[in-house]
Amino acid sequence: MHKQTIAGIRQSLTSGEYTSAELCQYLLDRINTSQINAFIDVNPEQALQAAAEADRIRASGSDSPLLGIPMAHKDIFCTNGIRTSCGSRMLENFIPPYDATVVEKLAAAGMVCLGKTNMDEFAMGSSNENSFFGPVSNPWDTTRVPGGSSGGSAAAVAARLVPVTTGTDTGGSIRQPAAFCGITGIKPTYGRVSRYGMIAFASSLDQGGVFATTAEDCALVLQEMAGFDERDSTSIDREVDNYCEGLNQSLKGLKVGLPRQYFSSDLAAPIAESLQQAIAELETLGAEFKEIELKNQHLSVPAYYVVAPAECSSNLSRFDGVRYGYRCENPVDLEDLYKRSRGEGFGREVKRRILIGTYALSAGYYDAYYLKAQKIRNLISQDFSNAFSEVDVILGPTTPTPAFSLGEKSDDPVAMYLNDIFTIPANLAGLPGISVPCGQVDNLPIGMQLVGNYFKEAQLLNMAHQFQQATDWHTKMPESVV
Amino acid sequence: MQWETVIGLEIHAQLATKSKIFSASSTEFGADPNTQANAVDLGMPGVLPVLNREAVSMAIKFALATNAEVGKRSVFARKNYFYPDLPKGYQISQMSLPIVGNGKVHVTMEDGSEKTVGLTRAHLEEDAGKSVHDAFQGMTGVDLNRAGTPLLEIVSEPDMRSAKEAVAYARKIHSLVRYIEICDGNMQEGSFRCDANVSVRPAGEEKLGTRAEIKNVNSFRFLERAIDFEVERQIDILERGEEVVQETRLYDADNDETRSMRSKEEANDYRYFPDPDLLPVEVDDTLIETLRKTLPELPEARRSRFISELQLSEYDASVLTSDRTTADYFETVLETSGAPAKLVSTWITGELFSRLNKDSVELPDSPVKTDRFSGLIARIHDNTISGKIGKNILDQMWASDETADAIIERDGLKQISDSSEIEKMIDDVIAANPDQLAQYRSGKDKLLSYFVGQVMKASRGKANPGQLNELLKEKLKS
Repeated sequence: MHKQTIAGIRQSLTSGEYTSAELCQYLLDRINTSQINAFIDVNPEQALQAAAEADRIRASGSDSPLLGIPMAHKDIFCTNGIRTSCGSRMLENFIPPYDATVVEKLAAAGMVCLGKTNMDEFAMGSSNENSFFGPVSNPWDTTRVPGGSSGGSAAAVAARLVPVTTGTDTGGSIRQPAAFCGITGIKPTYGRVSRYGMIAFASSLDQGGVFATTAEDCALVLQEMAGFDERDSTSIDREVDNYCEGLNQSLKGLKVGLPRQYFSSDLAAPIAESLQQAIAELETLGAEFKEIELKNQHLSVPAYYVVAPAECSSNLSRFDGVRYGYRCENPVDLEDLYKRSRGEGFGREVKRRILIGTYALSAGYYDAYYLKAQKIRNLISQDFSNAFSEVDVILGPTTPTPAFSLGEKSDDPVAMYLNDIFTIPANLAGLPGISVPCGQVDNLPIGMQLVGNYFKEAQLLNMAHQFQQATDWHTKMPESVV
Repeated sequence: MQWETVIGLEIHAQLATKSKIFSASSTEFGADPNTQANAVDLGMPGVLPVLNREAVSMAIKFALATNAEVGKRSVFARKNYFYPDLPKGYQISQMSLPIVGNGKVHVTMEDGSEKTVGLTRAHLEEDAGKSVHDAFQGMTGVDLNRAGTPLLEIVSEPDMRSAKEAVAYARKIHSLVRYIEICDGNMQEGSFRCDANVSVRPAGEEKLGTRAEIKNVNSFRFLERAIDFEVERQIDILERGEEVVQETRLYDADNDETRSMRSKEEANDYRYFPDPDLLPVEVDDTLIETLRKTLPELPEARRSRFISELQLSEYDASVLTSDRTTADYFETVLETSGAPAKLVSTWITGELFSRLNKDSVELPDSPVKTDRFSGLIARIHDNTISGKIGKNILDQMWASDETADAIIERDGLKQISDSSEIEKMIDDVIAANPDQLAQYRSGKDKLLSYFVGQVMKASRGKANPGQLNELLKEKLKS
């Protein structure tokens, strides 16, 4: 039963093959014996209670699509009464008295949250090695990283511990781990999913999204997550498209752009080959391809590593040891309280980015760094808007390489940052993106990234779904999944 | 050397919204610590600010009242610094694009001269919480009830040249914000706070001297004293041939001095940048026009009207329009009493104000409201009572809830305007004072007031003073 998609589970629940409570118990047991450290917290009591409630609702005749479907939240989403650590020692003991909007919405849709998934501390990282709760192993090869920052969420779905997880994507934190773990992950348009209750890393880039094994499951869950929220001023008051309705549309005549800059000789050969096969497959489905230019692409990583740290340096100021969170032992005065609480509460990468961001915003550097990065950001958005006047969707690799080894890039932050070179531009422009499994090399999954125009999630999901109807990469599972 | 003082003011006016600028918490003053702070005010992880549109409307009203530019597109920025009563580690304020741009404020000085002070800008921001240093042994308490309270920071040009001008300007702004009902102006509760940027330069010099910013001034009297002290301090320094240090200074009212708080070198680098959690505020003309219609008649227009239509003196008109409550009180009494403006004005600025002052009561809390006050003025106006008796009656009204008419009736205070009755009293007084009469008739005119006093006394103050004067002069002649 752990290999089922949402549709499959729903069928089993409706036919009475098993109850949600039974399914959840089964998955909780799998989580308990799993060795990949995908979860920071598992909440059997609340989960089984919610599952029983879902079963009762079902017994009374309801059959909404997500009723009783198990899931897990990235530990960045605040959960009322349940610890929300954000992967940090700083929030090791933090229990929010409120739910994130996403948490509220999925609970209202009847989903059952089994626990909170592991992540890079405050979503800063591309390997999940920056978690205070230890790294997560990639279920395809436990010596490798699952990607980050939503590494726990991606690994949990890949290991079939849970069919659906939420994630957040600031520079690729959904798409990159989805690619490394061989699953599907979508980051919607900035403003499509409420950020309320989602602990902020870089507010202008953060966007919540979803992981599942298929595009169809992503569509089902995103449908419930998306929408305007008056508690988030940056969420957009615009009707949510029906993501499931269009899944089966033909791709005939769909114009797909291939950025010249994405397919350079630097791209690892197996990835380039997998993408060529995927392109061929999509061509047979009726998609038309053309080369496009994203000429400021190479500026995206440096621009991102100014904007994101700048925002994070300010967003993380609230963690000061005064009201909640980690407080150092016996502070001698206020200065000491701040310095040691933050010094001891934050991990290395978080501190590095706070320092970078503080520097970038400082008097005398603001224009040269922050303002310049914002200008580059506009140029990158402009490149995309030019591209979207010619094509419907942009296709490329999600990552330059498959999952790398644990520890391989831990001491080289720049090498680590460059891992997000293909995913960052969509965040800078606020565009939706999805990563879909499209091949393997040495038993490691490879991801294909599709980037759409603003609010074209339905189109991305349609294309991904059609691709998945024609291929079986998304059905492949790590050997450990029996 | 002759020195010229240059002063600019930054005024923080707390906007009279019901809820906070970025959260739904109440802004009510005086609640138990931290009972009016929700997750947003506490800076909890993941929560987000949502702008209170009412605060924006109030800021726009201020712009309209000062003929200032309305920022069609204003942007909230984060001012980053650490302090325990600043929950997020940054204050949401406005930096390069404020909601209110250049404006002008006309100020009337005590001597009647006019002064125009330029407004540089006014911007919206959230207040911080309060640190409580004396309630806990060796620890500081933090009360976040005030955190997130909307403030309008009103920044003037360095256009003032004396403490008196600065105070006149501050009073003008104080009056204006209350007039348009965007701030309650309560200085004790911190709803209206002034910081003064003070510098001196040799008279005739163009270049500004190094300034000190004086904070923590919570009354107009202290503002004047703080500036005077600071000006003297700076002149002393310059005359000794030393240099003024750019710094922030605190006014200490107990010792009547300013003290250094932090120098420029120690100043924070606030690392302002646009707040990515909030969208730019777009203001369209429809909103501006809608708000313009809600504005009351502004003090200046009202003052001119009082002068031109009611023939009040400039001084009286200024006093009556200095705040809206007074002007409203005046106009209500004027309308309901039927008395001339001058009479009403004299009684309000004289008798009413002196009693309020004596009891340290503000006009809105006056024991005598417009209805009873108007009843009193009407009786003075129609000569039922004299002004002198009117004052006694006002005293009685002050301590009770009786009307003037009831007191007049009960105590038989109705003015005697029957000339035969007055004549009889005059005859009696003259008969009883033959010596004084002789002196008067031999040219000692001053004794007239003696006779007036005697007759008044005999009438127990009730004789119509005008009639009494005339009749008495007549009788003394013959």
